Amino acid sequence: MGYPHPIHPKETPVLSTHFGDVEARSYAGWVARGGYAALRMALEMTPEAIVDQVKASGLRGRGGAGFPTGMKWSFMPKEDGRPHYLCCNADESEPGTFKDREILRWTPHALIEGCAIGALAIRAETTYIFIRGEYTEPYHILQAAVDEAYAAGALGANAFGSGKRIEMIVHRGAGAYICGEETALMNAIEGRRGNPRIKPPFPAVSGLFGQPTTINNVETLAAVPHILVRGAAWYAGLSLSSPKSTGTKLISVCGHVQRPGTYEITMGLSMQELIFDICGGMRPGRTLKAVIPGGSSVPIMTPDEVMDCATDYEGIAAKGSLLGSGGMIVMDDTTDMVYQIMRLARFYAHESCAQCTNCREGTAWTTRILERILRGEGKASDLDLLLDLADNMTGKTICVLSDSCATQVVSGIKKFRGEFDAYLSGAKAPALAEV
Amino acid sequence: MTTEMVSVTIEGLPVSVPKGTSIIEAAKRAGVMVPHYCYHPSLPSPAVCRMCLVEIEKFPKLVPACVTPIVDGQVIHVHSPAARKAREGVLEFLLINHPLDCPVCDQAGECELQDFVFQEGQAASRYGDYPKRYNPVEDFGPDILYVANRCILCTRCVRFMDHVTETPVLNVSERGDRAYIGIDPSAVLDHPWSGNVVDLCPVGSLVSKDFLHKARAWDLDKTASICPGCTQGCNIMVDTRDDMVVRLRPRANLEVNRHFVCDTGRADYRWMNRGDRCETPMVAEAGKLRAVEWPDALRRLADLVAAASGPVVMLVGGRASSESLGWLRTLLDGRALTAAMKVPIGPEAPIGAIPNLALRAERAANLGGAELLSVSGDWTLAVAAAASASLVVVLDVELDNAEAAQVASAGTVVHLATVADPRLGVPTLLLPVTTMVEEQGVYVNRDGRAQRFLPARPAPGMAWPAWRVAAEAWALLADGREAPATASEAFGALAPFAGMSHRDLGLTGRVVTAGVAR
Amino acid sequence: MTLHSAEPHVPVFTGDTKARLEALATKYPTRQALLLPALWMIQEARGWVSPDAILEVAGELGVTPAYVRGVISFYTMYHTHPVGRHFIQVCTTSPCNICGAEGVVEAFLEHSGCGELGATSPDGRFTVIEVECLGACAFATPVLIDDDFIESVTPEGVPAILARYP
Repeated sequence: MGYPHPIHPKETPVLSTHFGDVEARSYAGWVARGGYAALRMALEMTPEAIVDQVKASGLRGRGGAGFPTGMKWSFMPKEDGRPHYLCCNADESEPGTFKDREILRWTPHALIEGCAIGALAIRAETTYIFIRGEYTEPYHILQAAVDEAYAAGALGANAFGSGKRIEMIVHRGAGAYICGEETALMNAIEGRRGNPRIKPPFPAVSGLFGQPTTINNVETLAAVPHILVRGAAWYAGLSLSSPKSTGTKLISVCGHVQRPGTYEITMGLSMQELIFDICGGMRPGRTLKAVIPGGSSVPIMTPDEVMDCATDYEGIAAKGSLLGSGGMIVMDDTTDMVYQIMRLARFYAHESCAQCTNCREGTAWTTRILERILRGEGKASDLDLLLDLADNMTGKTICVLSDSCATQVVSGIKKFRGEFDAYLSGAKAPALAEV
Repeated sequence: MTTEMVSVTIEGLPVSVPKGTSIIEAAKRAGVMVPHYCYHPSLPSPAVCRMCLVEIEKFPKLVPACVTPIVDGQVIHVHSPAARKAREGVLEFLLINHPLDCPVCDQAGECELQDFVFQEGQAASRYGDYPKRYNPVEDFGPDILYVANRCILCTRCVRFMDHVTETPVLNVSERGDRAYIGIDPSAVLDHPWSGNVVDLCPVGSLVSKDFLHKARAWDLDKTASICPGCTQGCNIMVDTRDDMVVRLRPRANLEVNRHFVCDTGRADYRWMNRGDRCETPMVAEAGKLRAVEWPDALRRLADLVAAASGPVVMLVGGRASSESLGWLRTLLDGRALTAAMKVPIGPEAPIGAIPNLALRAERAANLGGAELLSVSGDWTLAVAAAASASLVVVLDVELDNAEAAQVASAGTVVHLATVADPRLGVPTLLLPVTTMVEEQGVYVNRDGRAQRFLPARPAPGMAWPAWRVAAEAWALLADGREAPATASEAFGALAPFAGMSHRDLGLTGRVVTAGVAR
Repeated sequence: MTLHSAEPHVPVFTGDTKARLEALATKYPTRQALLLPALWMIQEARGWVSPDAILEVAGELGVTPAYVRGVISFYTMYHTHPVGRHFIQVCTTSPCNICGAEGVVEAFLEHSGCGELGATSPDGRFTVIEVECLGACAFATPVLIDDDFIESVTPEGVPAILARYP
């Protein structure tokens, strides 16, 4: 369901089937809709069997990295006697991304079931669901659902009488985008500042509380019950373009389309169909100017690139951008690209954790230069300076927040240079007041 | 157990190190310094400053040398164009908010930001006329100011308090370029070892109030020495300006104090600058002191020793060098001698997480030497014996009133003094001696490590090292004797150090005994 | 900045709240991991995290007050000084920015009486701030008022929304 809109024929509802359906939130409602059958299956399977199913399905991490999920699970040690942890990343703070929110508030049990199966697959008895602090409504819904699942015996020391322990704790964040980075997320659960950690060591070796840990996105885990019940082959068969991109993807489309919302498509559906058919295209009288397809950390795409692009990992990569989280920001000709790139730089500067020099200072300096350009005080050398700073902010830090800021600057200057030049030459009036 | 060794090439130099060594430490072995800020060998590494990024051939990205272990066969470049550009970038980023405080900043001349910018940074700033981030100066406690604007957020201070002193009173506050080092409003930085954050700070952000605006780094002469405060024997550097001691800092010794010194030792230098020193040998005549030349004084000393037929008492202070203790004892050999060192007792203050490193209760730097040289009798008994002794020799001790009264009541007193003590009345002989910052000498610490200290300032007036006074007088007592010509000779002539010279001790010392149990 | 209260601090972690904290403690292997949940409990109970509350939670969890402050100052949602009775957070990141979010901020500042971001209105009712992406970009402009997540706010709708918060 293209929440909040009626389902479109070109959608493939799997995870989104029950978006908007209040009855789906409760344990009983979820069971009535087929829920928890997958968990019962998984309780009879070995961890390796679960991992093999997920590997065969081709499921890849839906949080942004796109790493094959089955392979990630197989990195966990087998019988090492140490406590293992599963962390569910419900921090969803990437601008333009709001798909996990729908899973959390409409189908929380889908996530609970997916986490439980994931925990079994990696031999973890405890799962922490880290949910961003601002998601107040989903938090209450999710916590109520977890309580229900315990009451129903799906969770606890003896899940469904299997003798296996599945504990699930919802841990609220408190306002930090960087906690969506998997190692920062672990620090936030441990009661620390949400600083990303250096890798190695990798989480599967030394993660939460120093123990083997796997971190997965909400959407990734919510897909797992479907894979078990309907089969890996079914999931792998859902692929319209690249065979390496399988299953469905929730795309949260926002910005200048007629029907912004969260839509579910088979991997590989064309971006043109997504934007112009499913989302109803541009507002009256407006033309497409730019699309950021995967949340604000991926390069900007031009209309030419958009109109000839399959919406999957390989398709978007072939056009020089990334599917990322699937948060699609659509911008029409009313958009001031320089202003929006400045606003994104300001976002990154605000969210930088302050550990690495390049990020801490570079994101702020980038923002200042862009603000100056918007005030009509830019210098011709500013663009080269921005590009050099972007180079100094790429590939040199503990995490990729500074790379993300640099990505926007680089793709913006490359593809919309004319707009920058207009401010620099004075052809366009300043968009910001003098300081 | 043999350690597995791996071999790599760093800047064209082959080096072989134990497996697991970080690139930055392996580079040190090869003689290559990788520029860095947040790394420190006594602290855990967070790899946040990003200065130490180096290039490994065939690797797609630069790697932080401080946390990346070497792998056999790697070819590593510290000064490749990519690594240099990365460092130049980090330096530029650090300077955009760093105030141009050098003219008023204490760190100037010994500032790692200045050093690396001068070496590898850009000649001109591209930042333009944006305002710099501003945070006010914070008073962190008894001796430490935090000049927040200069902070480069290396977090060494936070990690030192967290992991070395195990008292997490500092934090990183806020996020992004608003971040600064914070301290809880109800806390102060008064841990007995907290002064080390000033040395750890690569820039002039954490500064010592005691040293504030006192001297410029390039005006200072730096001399290797040993802290004279307690039996730990921390290695220090004595910084002097125009022959006045202005600062004591720790000197690295991985076996004794690693990179640290306690605040008590750090602060205890003012006595080194006293102007009211004894400068000439003096003899008592008709109830008054008269100045004489050394030959005359030495002759009189030798005569007094020869004439002392009854018990002799030797009272020494904790700062006396091993050479002075040993030769004074040698001078008084053959008598019924009671020799003791005054050891004031104070609270012990361990640093925290480093074993065997503390401000020790025994506040006498050379108690170890006294024990080795049999000058460590019971102090109270020795003082009590002074009143009835035929000769009392006092070497640079801070006596309390009762002790001074006991000594003053003795018949014959020879005072080898840095500073005269009016409570002793008119001693038979008052002979000027040097302090440990004015002479060469050796202290033996509580672990039996003999460590050298070097002179940092000239001796005042006619003052001599006490060992020389004793040795010259000893030579007068019999024919065929010759006093040692140098402190090193004086050292090697003493039984516990037989055959050794000062050079054998190097500048990090040598264990000469197992350490005396107490 | 220290805010001194004339009244002695009434502990937060007593009775039910303490029971909740200890029940939560069984779900984490370290006491330090309770910090974020404990801070939420304090803010729910008192509306902000005072210096005394920081001392209290530090003692409860066996960490230093400096440590607690370092953590609090990292996250944007804990208040270390009192705010208006109703705390208003308006998203202005790019997806909402291109859909008129800045106009919504202006409307809130004007109608709440706050005048400027971060300030509390003279009647103590509201504080308005801008925040980064709230994760409801299709429902621009989303606004978080206390715990209420309100979608699709327009400048025209602001007075009616404010009226719901006495």
